[in-house]
Amino acid sequence: MLRYTVKRLLQLSVALLGLSLLLFAWFKALPGGPENRLLPENATDSQREALRAALGLDEPVWTQYGEFLGRIVRLDFGSSLSSGRPIATELAERLPATVELSLAAMLIAVGLGIPLGYLAAKRRGTWLDFGTVSGSLLGTCIPIFFLAAMLKVVFAQELGWLPTTFRLTAGADFTDVTGLRVLDGIITGEFDIAWDAVKHLILPAIALSSIPLAVIVRITRASVLDVVGEDYVRTADAKGLKPSTVRGRHVMRNAMLPIATIIGLLLGSLFAGAVLTESVFAFGGIGSFVYQATTERDYPALMGFILVIAVFYVVINLLVDLSYGLLDPRVRVRK
Amino acid sequence: MALGLFTACGSDGDGGGDADTAEDFDFSCPERSGEVPEADAAANESQPFVFGTPGDPTSLDPILASDGETFRVNRQVFDTLLDADCTDTVPGLAESYEQNEAGTEWTFHLREGVTFHDGQPLDGAAVCKNFERWANFKGGYQSPNFTYYYSSVFGGFAENDPAMGIETESIYKGCTADGLDATISLSKYTSSFPGAFTLESLSIISPASIDAVADAAIPTADSPLPEYTQTVGTLAGTGPYMLENWDHSSQEVVLTRFDDYFGEKAKVKTIIFKTISDETARRQALEAGDIHGYDLAAPADAQALIEAGYQVPVRGVFNLLYLAYTQSHSPLEDHAVREALSYAIDRERIVNSVLPAGGMVATQFIPPSLEGYSEDVATYDYDAEKAKQMLADAGAEDLTITFCYPTDVTRPYMPAPKDIFDMISSDLQNAGVTVEAKPITWVDYIPTTRSGECPLYLLGWTGDFADPYNFLGTWFATESTEWGFDNQEVFDAIAAANTEPDEAKRVELWKAANDAVMEELPGLPISSSPPSIAFAANVYPPDVSPLTREDFSQVYFTTAS
Repeated sequence: MLRYTVKRLLQLSVALLGLSLLLFAWFKALPGGPENRLLPENATDSQREALRAALGLDEPVWTQYGEFLGRIVRLDFGSSLSSGRPIATELAERLPATVELSLAAMLIAVGLGIPLGYLAAKRRGTWLDFGTVSGSLLGTCIPIFFLAAMLKVVFAQELGWLPTTFRLTAGADFTDVTGLRVLDGIITGEFDIAWDAVKHLILPAIALSSIPLAVIVRITRASVLDVVGEDYVRTADAKGLKPSTVRGRHVMRNAMLPIATIIGLLLGSLFAGAVLTESVFAFGGIGSFVYQATTERDYPALMGFILVIAVFYVVINLLVDLSYGLLDPRVRVRK
Repeated sequence: MALGLFTACGSDGDGGGDADTAEDFDFSCPERSGEVPEADAAANESQPFVFGTPGDPTSLDPILASDGETFRVNRQVFDTLLDADCTDTVPGLAESYEQNEAGTEWTFHLREGVTFHDGQPLDGAAVCKNFERWANFKGGYQSPNFTYYYSSVFGGFAENDPAMGIETESIYKGCTADGLDATISLSKYTSSFPGAFTLESLSIISPASIDAVADAAIPTADSPLPEYTQTVGTLAGTGPYMLENWDHSSQEVVLTRFDDYFGEKAKVKTIIFKTISDETARRQALEAGDIHGYDLAAPADAQALIEAGYQVPVRGVFNLLYLAYTQSHSPLEDHAVREALSYAIDRERIVNSVLPAGGMVATQFIPPSLEGYSEDVATYDYDAEKAKQMLADAGAEDLTITFCYPTDVTRPYMPAPKDIFDMISSDLQNAGVTVEAKPITWVDYIPTTRSGECPLYLLGWTGDFADPYNFLGTWFATESTEWGFDNQEVFDAIAAANTEPDEAKRVELWKAANDAVMEELPGLPISSSPPSIAFAANVYPPDVSPLTREDFSQVYFTTAS
């Protein structure tokens, strides 16, 4: 197991180095430069040139890449060109919001997706199956921004049940412990803050969960249908095992392998999806930071973000791979 | 000695202008009508006023900022020597000022009894300490990335750092203090003064604050901003509000009332600026009651908001959108062709259908509220038939031309670039011109147009302060690739106006410069339009400003939300 983990970590390093090179080449190939965003329209050409030189943008490309890599190794992503703050600080401050939103979205997606997928498979061909499959197709088709807008109109503007923006009501007095507002509210006993945070989480989490929910429903349904046709399930049924034992030990445990894989992949992609959702709901996480960095050609910020997300993505998938061993004894034996 | 006279902002459109387009609007500061509502004292004490902003501020040190969102926050906390009411220069921390005849010495007579938030008194020495601090910035502090406005106004620093690329010498010579007087000495006059003393970047902070940040370093242009600019508690100003908290992760800045403010005290105890970058999300947040006001409302939303009971006060105009003719592209060097293209464009239609209420057709390259606005410029009023005839006479009846516009941006002066492009293209095609569209993303747009690659392009500018040079000088002071013309008469006219310290003479010189520019016709001024701002029905909003310089201490709740 240890050897396998080390091997995967080495693969991860090579992948990240390749990614950094690709990213750097891509950003360099893009026309335009950050100095055009940093300075007002009527800044003189000499002011623009001076800024390019001072930012090192007139250095040879390989020099810039070398400096970039050196900084990454030192875990120094540099400063954001738009906010002037260390990127590591920006990401660290905003990460909890994105984590909280992503976890809430994944909770909805998994909490609803697996039971719905299982029920659809179990009642294959019924109206429930048809409705679930159609609903999941709709979930993958509706753009997040449209769904977000609809949710806001109905639940915030028309019904007035939920807020449209932010993580907490503006000016709310809270104690920051982990950066996760719901958890902090519970830990510190500030239950009004926890409830306020939950209310602010509901709409963005539903919007963000729409695609993962749809995917999990479909994968679960397909996976369960595969497994229930296996000989060992029929054997278990024939042995007269309780339906709950067959369902839990023989069907779901085996069906979980592809579901676990897809959950890992989806959790990584949720971070990317959060960019749009957080902007629409002014949620204040990494997403809104990246949105701003993208529009302003803030290269250092974008590179820092993508590398962090890549590490996160790869680590999640490593954990998923390792979890196979727990879910499927055959994997343990092969390793 | 010339005495600086402060005049109240006109409310009758005293900028004058083209009779067909100007008479319906008050270009400077539209006055409020109706009764002033009662304030709900309890609500103002207990309820924070939440304002949605399009972006985060960047720095709590005003000198290290050049963006509007930072200015919006800082102007509630810090004061400048002079202030702007509409576009007129009015008293700020200085009750009055004097300049010598050469315009190289500016003496400010400060108000009595002004104290900083840290309890220190304001006097001439405090003002001079600020100017000396700025003039002696070193290293990365000198980068236009951090001190764009200081170096733009004063040219440079006491010792320019070669690594920062500033090649012009500083015109700042020194500052002397005498009690409540402070005298700023310059090596030469430019028309940026006194308007530049209203710039938020040149806000005065307390002497103790300056001492506290003396060791904060910005070694290079890409260094992070010092920590003191990102957290409250270090810098003290004299404004109606004090900084209470800046939560970066929540994108929230909280201000609390300063009870020893020298002017009228704010009615609302707490103001919160919350960032909502998405335009639609800002509107939805207002409609859901999450916020009480927001800036940069989409022009298309304004009417619907008003009908729903929200307030959308009209700002005065202080920007300019133009269509540039780059004369390095044939046949645009031919004055008759430029004239014909100008006659072909129906600017009234653009103003009436695309721009927000309060927009106007521009006849020259400065807004009407500035000194030197000329009523005698050539105006090139829409006449499609004349345009066709002139193109035929110039041998350009089959003209094909590339027309650039930005794709992913809205600017205060250009709320819908594609719509404006479409309307102008349609007008040009009606005159027989074949237009080849060239859409360009915003970050590439400035360098592309600067390099002279676009024969026709849309661009504009929002003024920083009341100074014609801030508009004309930037564009037409010297030969440049973005315009591609070399007309010494125009360059000399602008230089003469910019260096004339006598106000009456200067106004005439600016008028002559405007006449010369419009005679040359380097481009066609299209419009000036105010960016929209919206407020909830239960809010008494601040006086809206053409410089987007709203004073939120004027805000109060008329009823609780």
